[in-house]
Amino acid sequence: MSSARTATRHYWVALRAMLVFTAVLGLAYPLVITGIGQLAFPWQANGSPVTSGGRTVGSALIGQSFSDAEGEPLPAWFQPRPSAAGDGYDAAASSGSNWGPENPDLITAIADRRGAIAAFNGVSPGDVPVDALTASASGLDPQISPDYARLQVGRVAKARNLPAADVRRLVESKIATRDLGYLGDPTVNVLDLNRALAEMDG
Amino acid sequence: MDVWLAVAQVATLVVILAALHRPLGDYMATIYTSGKDLKIERGFYRLIGVDARSDQTWQSYLRGVLAFSAVGVLFVYLIQRAQAVLPYSLGFPGIPEGLSFNTAVSFVTNTNWQSYSPDVTMGYTVQLAGLAVQNFVSAAVGIAVAIALVRAFALRRSGTIGNFWVDLTRGTLRLLLPISVVGAVVLIAGGVIQNFNGFTDLTTLGGGAQSIPGGPTASQEAIKLLGTNGGGFFNANSAHPFENPTAWANLFEIVLMLAIPFSLPRTFGAIVGDKKQGYAILATMASIFLVSLTALTILELVGAGTAPAAAGGAMEGKETRFGIAGSTLFATTSTLTSTGAVNSMHDSFTALGGMMPMLNMMLGEVAPGGVGSGLYGMLILAVIAVFVAGLLVGRTPEYLGKKIGPREIKLASLYILVTPTLVLTGTALSFAIPAVRADVEGTSIWNPGLHGLSEVLYAFTSAANNNGSAFAGLTANTPWFNTALGVAMLLGRFIPIVFVLALAGSLAAQDKVPATAGTLPTNRSLFVGLLVGVTIIITALTYFPVLALGPLAEGLQ
Repeated sequence: MSSARTATRHYWVALRAMLVFTAVLGLAYPLVITGIGQLAFPWQANGSPVTSGGRTVGSALIGQSFSDAEGEPLPAWFQPRPSAAGDGYDAAASSGSNWGPENPDLITAIADRRGAIAAFNGVSPGDVPVDALTASASGLDPQISPDYARLQVGRVAKARNLPAADVRRLVESKIATRDLGYLGDPTVNVLDLNRALAEMDG
Repeated sequence: MDVWLAVAQVATLVVILAALHRPLGDYMATIYTSGKDLKIERGFYRLIGVDARSDQTWQSYLRGVLAFSAVGVLFVYLIQRAQAVLPYSLGFPGIPEGLSFNTAVSFVTNTNWQSYSPDVTMGYTVQLAGLAVQNFVSAAVGIAVAIALVRAFALRRSGTIGNFWVDLTRGTLRLLLPISVVGAVVLIAGGVIQNFNGFTDLTTLGGGAQSIPGGPTASQEAIKLLGTNGGGFFNANSAHPFENPTAWANLFEIVLMLAIPFSLPRTFGAIVGDKKQGYAILATMASIFLVSLTALTILELVGAGTAPAAAGGAMEGKETRFGIAGSTLFATTSTLTSTGAVNSMHDSFTALGGMMPMLNMMLGEVAPGGVGSGLYGMLILAVIAVFVAGLLVGRTPEYLGKKIGPREIKLASLYILVTPTLVLTGTALSFAIPAVRADVEGTSIWNPGLHGLSEVLYAFTSAANNNGSAFAGLTANTPWFNTALGVAMLLGRFIPIVFVLALAGSLAAQDKVPATAGTLPTNRSLFVGLLVGVTIIITALTYFPVLALGPLAEGLQ
């Protein structure tokens, strides 16, 4: 009898504790953080929006497709990495491919991408860098390697009738070095580069 | 070049943790030994009806842990079932029974296995009131159990081991909450979102359509890492740019995961009154960590396997901004703690590289392990290690002045047996029951061949060790996996806790025996070597056969 009463007492304490914790940790804590975030860092807290031509065209952190309705890459824009999020860069369905290292689908996809990217850009298949051939973990990787950006310069310049040297200079100016000089890899933000490209092209 | 960058990154991490572990470790020792309650805590104890001054026997402490966790499971289950009628549900429907059970167990056990894709399943109310709350309290429960065991080593002839409700409250309010507030604000500054905007539809620069998600992410991200929980706000977890936006934020998140687990040995040393005992435990954890990290980083940089060779590197499932070194450091951290967050897709690692996270979990997550669970796991191994040493020289083993007798060694051995039993039985049953096998092979497994077995093995390893990471190609939202993994998580969390608290009870009741010439010093490098050896040998003997069937076979073919 007494042990049953002790057990019941534990549950009663647990229930009341859970309710208080929910109010403090589940409600007050995120609201306070939201308040601080919206006051101190409103741009970041709201998703680092990027504007072009007076309208919001995306987020500096979320990659996007530069393709036509059929999913074919548009030659006038720098292209991002392959994406496994939905039909590609679906920001409401982040995902990697989860293909294993011996998966025949992945091996085929890499070969197909290598051929398609080489043909699209008019370069040798051996020159296509690894990030152009592989899908990212999130499917929303906003960045590409400087090598992949440089590889696309000739094709983009031709599609826009711009001097290749100008486009190349633009790419070089958009290369972000490693954080603190040694963390991560050098990158180029595709949306940022394309926005600058659109401005340059008038 | 890449190698030196990786070394510089690890060196930075070591410097930060070295500077952090003393003040944080000492602070935690103060929290859990102080006789004073804060005013707000006194109010809280009155509200929930707890006498903070009355210590509990180990049985009563355990009943508190179990009652609190049972209420947690029920609470998170109901809140998911009711999602359709809750505010800020983003229009998502109620969660089905099997998935609700799995998720409730997952977050209460500090596992954060996610059978679902959060982007399209969980609204803000479930994420905050259900999941984020458990991120705090399940972590606080883990630390409380570890502290109870540590206290037992320091106590003499005591019938009690502390008060669970006090340990739970102090861990939450004095430790996890303040650090999470700071962590969340830093993450927002780095680009992690914190809003209630829902989805924003826009037209992209190239003329397409995109729907950008919102959400109170930073507040959840901070505690998800600090409490070694790991459940992502988004499906891609810490690979999602809104959860982990830059390379420096990535390192900051790694520090959050390691801060408490690597500081707890200092707390242990302070409470038992011999700092060197803490350093021996810390040295053991750090050695295993560095060796495992080196192995994974080299394997991924080399990039063996057909697909990585064809692409020119192992970048499938990795983000450009982290690179390979930023991905392997995160993966090692996440699986050697009990976090299970990912910033790269482990399913796409090279075959032997993908084995490393699995091996990390199979070690029992003790280097440094989850908050609390890592320390109590390592102390159990220390008990085994002094027992083995005692057998070698023919003396009754003792640890920290406590005799390791038949009862203690039985409890430690039972602890060691729980997770391997769950992992191997679960994996075996997935293929042994014909109907289940058809479902597992037809619906769940994503990659063909040996890699498919690895996906199932990884899932049970992750669940039983309360990690939560996955070879995420596996479709786990099926009746079999929701149930079997749910059971593995429950048993993998609470049965070891029963043994730990029983051990604490039996140690606290003992008097201390004075150290003699025959006592094995447990604060020197010899013991560190012995402890590393015991940890690795137990794991290797248990799991080598099944690893040979999956990742080893794939990597060597």
